[in-house]
Amino acid sequence: MELSLFLVFGLVAVVSAVVVVVQRNPIYSALALIGTLFCVAGLFVLLRAEFVAAIQVIVYAGAIMVLFLFVIMLLDLRREEGRRFAPGRAQLVCGVAGAGVLLLLLVVLAGNATIAPARGSLTPETLSRLGNTQVIGALLFTDYLFPFEVTSVVLLVAIVGAIVLARRERG
Amino acid sequence: MVPLSAYLVLAAILFAVGAVGAATRRNALIIFMSIEIMLNAVNLTFVAFSRFLQTIDGQIFVFFVMTVAAAEVAVGLAIIIALYRIKETVNVDELMAMKW
Repeated sequence: MELSLFLVFGLVAVVSAVVVVVQRNPIYSALALIGTLFCVAGLFVLLRAEFVAAIQVIVYAGAIMVLFLFVIMLLDLRREEGRRFAPGRAQLVCGVAGAGVLLLLLVVLAGNATIAPARGSLTPETLSRLGNTQVIGALLFTDYLFPFEVTSVVLLVAIVGAIVLARRERG
Repeated sequence: MVPLSAYLVLAAILFAVGAVGAATRRNALIIFMSIEIMLNAVNLTFVAFSRFLQTIDGQIFVFFVMTVAAAEVAVGLAIIIALYRIKETVNVDELMAMKW
């Protein structure tokens, strides 16, 4: 059951990712990316990370991709639609070679990885008993409190920066 | 029970797809989306390791990765909008103002 769900989510995620890269129209690419994000969220649920899956759907698919779609429609890229994705010969060879090497490296590493023994004591049974959100919260607001506060400053800087950058010049 | 290497291979494939997209496409928005695919692959790796090492630290790092990715997308899209206002294009081949 878990294996079949993993195969379905994985296959749809990879196919959607390929559609993102190949599609000419950026709106179709954005929609395919939303599909990929939902499939990755499903994989998170399979890995018993429900909180991460929920914020993936809410933040990534619900906010970031909506922002993408706003910008795509705002820029009105009709002229870009006509431009075919026709990479030059050198581009194609380099892209395929790079992807091949990267994939080979990562697959060999991932397939032969000897996993260290379990570092913590958080077995899946303990996790489902305590609740995923509670465990994350207990660690986030104690050991990782400083990065958490720094993240809020990062978000503030991003907001101010985005507003300043996208503002129309006066006069 | 799905082994850890299956998740890692899937994340590797997603990362490779994102890398090819970021390296090959000329539309700045598609490049941005390919970067998001790569970030998702990394998130998947983190969560898979968090599950199989039986700690929660991987998921906390995913939390931070998502937050910083959101900030990065906001600023990056603002930059693209500002560039489009001046240059009327999002084709990175034509956005060569900083090239010598």
